[in-house]
Amino acid sequence: MDEILEILEELNLDADVSSCDTLVDDGILSSLDLVTIIAELSDRFDITIPAREIRNENFNSAAAMFEMVERLLDE
Amino acid sequence: MTTKQKIKTWLPLCLCLVLLAAAVWFLGRLTQPKYMSGVLEGAMTAEYYEEKTPHDVIFIGDCEVYENFSPVTMWREAGITSYIRGTAQQLIWQSYYLLEDAFRYESPKIVVYNVQAMKYSEPQSEAYNRMALDGMRLSVSKLGAVRASMTEDEDAISYLIPLLRYHSRWQELTQEDWTYLFRRDKVTVAGYLMRADVKPMKRLPSVPILKDPDIGEACWEYLGKIQALCEKHGARLILIKSSSIWPHWYDEWEEQISAYAAEHGLDYINFLPLQDEIGIDFTTDTYDAGLHLNLYGAEKASAYFARLLADAYGLEDHRGDSAIAADWEEKCAQYDALLDAQLRELEEYGYLKSWTLGNDRP
Amino acid sequence: MLFTSYRFIAFLALLFLVYYLIPKRFQWLLLLAADVLFYACAGWKGLVFLCVTVLVSWLAGMLMGRSFKEQKSFLKSPEGKALPREERKVWKKKRESYRKFVLTLALLADLGILAALKYTNFFISNVNSLFSAELAGVDWVLPMGISFYTFQTVSYLIDVYWEKVEAENNLLRVALFTSFFPLLVQGPISRFGDLKETLYAEHSFDFKGFSFGMQRILWGYFKKLVVADRLLPAVKALCGAPDQYNGAFALIGALFYAAELYADFTGGIDITIGVAQVLGIEVKENFIRPYFSRNIAEYWRRWHISMGTWFKDYVFFPMSAAPRLMKLSKKIRTRWDGFGRKMPVYLSTLVTWFLTGLWHGAAWNFVVWGLLNAVIILIAEEFKPLSTRFREKFPRLTGSFGYRVFEILRTFLIMCSLRMLDCYRNVPVSFKAFGSVFTAGKWREAFSGALLELGLSVWDYRIAGLGVLLMFLVSVLQERHGSVRELLWKKPALPYVVFPVLALLVLCFGAYGVGYDASQFIYNQF
Repeated sequence: MDEILEILEELNLDADVSSCDTLVDDGILSSLDLVTIIAELSDRFDITIPAREIRNENFNSAAAMFEMVERLLDE
Repeated sequence: MTTKQKIKTWLPLCLCLVLLAAAVWFLGRLTQPKYMSGVLEGAMTAEYYEEKTPHDVIFIGDCEVYENFSPVTMWREAGITSYIRGTAQQLIWQSYYLLEDAFRYESPKIVVYNVQAMKYSEPQSEAYNRMALDGMRLSVSKLGAVRASMTEDEDAISYLIPLLRYHSRWQELTQEDWTYLFRRDKVTVAGYLMRADVKPMKRLPSVPILKDPDIGEACWEYLGKIQALCEKHGARLILIKSSSIWPHWYDEWEEQISAYAAEHGLDYINFLPLQDEIGIDFTTDTYDAGLHLNLYGAEKASAYFARLLADAYGLEDHRGDSAIAADWEEKCAQYDALLDAQLRELEEYGYLKSWTLGNDRP
Repeated sequence: MLFTSYRFIAFLALLFLVYYLIPKRFQWLLLLAADVLFYACAGWKGLVFLCVTVLVSWLAGMLMGRSFKEQKSFLKSPEGKALPREERKVWKKKRESYRKFVLTLALLADLGILAALKYTNFFISNVNSLFSAELAGVDWVLPMGISFYTFQTVSYLIDVYWEKVEAENNLLRVALFTSFFPLLVQGPISRFGDLKETLYAEHSFDFKGFSFGMQRILWGYFKKLVVADRLLPAVKALCGAPDQYNGAFALIGALFYAAELYADFTGGIDITIGVAQVLGIEVKENFIRPYFSRNIAEYWRRWHISMGTWFKDYVFFPMSAAPRLMKLSKKIRTRWDGFGRKMPVYLSTLVTWFLTGLWHGAAWNFVVWGLLNAVIILIAEEFKPLSTRFREKFPRLTGSFGYRVFEILRTFLIMCSLRMLDCYRNVPVSFKAFGSVFTAGKWREAFSGALLELGLSVWDYRIAGLGVLLMFLVSVLQERHGSVRELLWKKPALPYVVFPVLALLVLCFGAYGVGYDASQFIYNQF
């Protein structure tokens, strides 16, 4: 979880990344940011994030991303 | 929803729709061209409905009828009551529907159709369609005429809702549009559009070669329909080719028309070979160098035709019938006043100012 | 059937009436019948291609859906639960690759039709110019709305494959989704997941929805007929003679085109969404006042949204997150860290915009246009740290209203310049015209009567100007207060008055009928 927050902090977003749960819906994360996050996540956790997982609800909050990473690690 | 709520919802909406319809109607009237000066031909169709007494003869056709025949002269000559339902470039299907429309109001004994327009077997011009049809009262005939006349980029609905056609005219609205919002002046006398000016015929241009000498299928079809319509209403159809010598009337057409008339038992009178007999002189009797007769030519042709109708077709002399005579006296007075006015203008300006666009001054 | 034809209006009136008179369970079938009628008016040939697309996507969707169902019930069954973890994985993979196979075949078929019909001539002409060959072009029909319905179909298939939506087993329902007539000619490219909620539902007549829909339709006609079609002759004249009309004229042309395109496209979408709303069907917005955007990236989140998100979801993300690209990026990073990190995003952005350009039209001007968009977006991204620092240093300046206006104007002008490629339909001509704005001058000439020779009278300019002003005011209201129709709805008589007033404005001041081009909506061509 901390690692995810770290990734988000690095992006210098206009929101409190630990509590915000509309990161994508409110356009806080741009598409380019999203790709950066995906790259970082796959890199740090050594997972592949398939295209089907790239949907708003998986990236709207740090918690959602964490949940997704957990799930992918499990598979 | 309760009934009360329903009323509250729908009543204002219906009110708005009614207001909208009224506005569309009013604006359509306002923007519709009035044809009270310059191009008078657009006002002719509607004038027919103001006629008070019935007619024994109805002319249908293009400018070759409404410029070349004068009903007033025919009345004066033989007491014949006639009306010209002519319009500019009237195509044969328009002639048919205008005639059908006329039969709803009266039962003429003779219908005269001028065959010159049979050279066109397809819709020609939106502007002429409008001038011929906008004045028609709403009827099945009008709808039929619209459907038959429309050029490719026209819509039938714009004949029913004039605003759809004329909405862009608000940029060019003049006093005339307000003055004639709900009324019109008469521009013809019994359908005759008077021109008292003279422009002698000089040398005619060489006759263009006729590409397709055959008269179109649609024309024959409508000619048949016109004949059937006349038979149904007990009228006799006479085909004529009136005295205009330009545009050229080809021998090929003459043959086809003659053959058709013979085959279908119709009378066909070509006025062109009769010019000398009638006494038409194209140095004095035309206002545009041979395209149309002027008043003097039209009077000669009408007198001749009136005698012919009286003698060969036994048309009744109505001058003894006081009700009809009174109506025609009025027309005669109108005719003479109009002639006076035109002569005055010719003296003053050298050309007709109020009755033309002024661009054909000598 | 053009949206601006009397026939379409009669068609709508009849449809609205029948829609609320028949039993509600038949409503969606009526819509399907309306689609067929609507499509048949544009020619039966196109309908054949549409049917193929429908059949393919129905079949593929159903096969994938079945596979998911089988997988789930098997994994839940005792037999499936008993399977060891590794074997389960293998079993799942097998199913997955089957679905992938089905998806690939279906996409090949759908996109193949699109590619063949739309891009064969482009391909041939490029081959010809490259190898100085003389292959003849083909003369195939381009079915109406093919770019739009194909994209909708593709999104449906991929969404099923990604388990974002459940497959639809009813062929007729798939047909309705693919061919829903308001969306057919110019989008929005809608998603099955969004549409299905209301598309097949039973709708009872709702007065508010009806009024809102009708108001929106009329507002769409206002934009299209009063503004777009009135400006059209001037845009055509200006873009048609780039040598004569350069300098100031090129700029004026670009501005006119901005107004015309916006009024035309958003007007068409207003009619589309309005029609759907009268039918009780919700269609997602395609524009959120894009000309108020403060940068290009924002502009593309607000202009033609459905297309932008389509490319984002189905091209940009899958590509930039593709494992292979990630691996490559990792490799590069060992040598050039910065570049390796950015490479996937850059590459995907360029590819996405290349395809976006190509989608707009089979011609190089669109491709260049797309790539330039990508370049500007990437440059802006590179300068982001700089602009953030600038903002932090001058918070009062950058927070001011004036600065905001500056940003909006800057974005607007950049987009106008890019759009020259669309105006002139020719790459060198467009660049020349753009350059001439700074070099050729002609300002005095432009404003001393030359504008009146473009086929527009003073009155035409006045009407178009007032129309644009009204659109601007409505947009400002929307920016501030949201839906203008909701504002009106709260007032007593206004919602009623709006209806006849708008109708009269359109009827009196619209550029339609004899003497005007029965011009198609610009986006119909794509």
